[in-house]
Amino acid sequence: MKIAFTTNGLEWNSKMDPRFGRTEYILVYDEEKKEFTSFDNREIENEAHGAGPKTSQKLFELGAKVLITGNGPGGNAATVLEKAGVKTYVGAGEMTVKQAYEAYQNNQLKNI
Amino acid sequence: MKIAIASGKGGTGKTTLSTNLAAFLSETEKVVLADLDVEEPNSGLFIHGNLIFEEEKYKMIPEWKEDSCTFCGECQKNCNFHAVIQLGSQILVFPELCHSCFACSELCPVNALPMIPKRMGQLKHFALNNFDFIESRLDIGQEQAVPLIAQTIDFIENNFTDQTIKIFDSPPGTSCPVIEATKDADFILLITEPTPFGLHDLSLAVETMQELKKPFAVIINRYGIGNDDVIDYCQKNGIPIVAKIPNLRKIAELYSKGDLIYNDVPEFKEELIKIRDFIKNEI
Repeated sequence: MKIAFTTNGLEWNSKMDPRFGRTEYILVYDEEKKEFTSFDNREIENEAHGAGPKTSQKLFELGAKVLITGNGPGGNAATVLEKAGVKTYVGAGEMTVKQAYEAYQNNQLKNI
Repeated sequence: MKIAIASGKGGTGKTTLSTNLAAFLSETEKVVLADLDVEEPNSGLFIHGNLIFEEEKYKMIPEWKEDSCTFCGECQKNCNFHAVIQLGSQILVFPELCHSCFACSELCPVNALPMIPKRMGQLKHFALNNFDFIESRLDIGQEQAVPLIAQTIDFIENNFTDQTIKIFDSPPGTSCPVIEATKDADFILLITEPTPFGLHDLSLAVETMQELKKPFAVIINRYGIGNDDVIDYCQKNGIPIVAKIPNLRKIAELYSKGDLIYNDVPEFKEELIKIRDFIKNEI
């Protein structure tokens, strides 16, 4: 399964970005292949509106089935994520990617 | 003539000035007051007239017709606001993000996104003895003030002559709703308070008006509190200060009861006279 993280960097030790729609990077971990793919989302800074839906759509394109983030998506983004069949886990905003993944595996993150 | 009363900072007296100035000017002129702070209109707390007209206001939003759609993706590519999102063989429309620009609808090769009207609020027209009051109110849950502000200004343009003095009680801040409420005005009166917060937000409002290339002047409310920094700022930047409304307990008491002020507070009326003279002579 592909798991998407909102991050400030591209490694296991990178910090999570607590924001969803305006996250700097989307880091996708493929559990089967045990490898990362990433998307540089920083262009979203130029968008005045609709950052959440746009980033949600990107997750759909990247094929992620799980999202691990910090504060969680807003209403519009949550709608897109739901339609895209992405399960969202929040509360990992202050962790590293590695800590967030472990917390997810240990059911320590809140599913919304 | 269109005069917008704006502020930058909220709570500096836009509505107090708008309502009192409209009532005062209406003693000698034909006046219409419009509350363009459609997210939280409050001029109506101080102005009581007979309701003579009301109408629902709509904005146009695309509606997806699944049967005609070929999933070409043109719609989402052309939406600057990400209000149209394609997920595989599904198109999602977010009415709150839509700016009714028609691009997705017009550029759809198979007409799968017709525009349909969606209610956003209502407009009310009240008549008083010698002036008119227009209040528009956005429905709860609606996120965009701009379309309703634009339609309210259209209503005023269509129903009142150029000789009428049109006073626009504008929203606070410096974002889109303020731009919409001020961009067609002939003159902007920026009301502020002489405090560090007042000065900070006044300077943002000044920059906004300069960007819009609008003529403007400043009115200081609650004069006597704070410090002289607003006065220094205006002098340094060559901005006229039209009036200084004193900080008086009596004004706050009348306001708290929903009463107009100028007939009971001579110091307030004196300042309104200065504003009236400024409007007559300078604008």
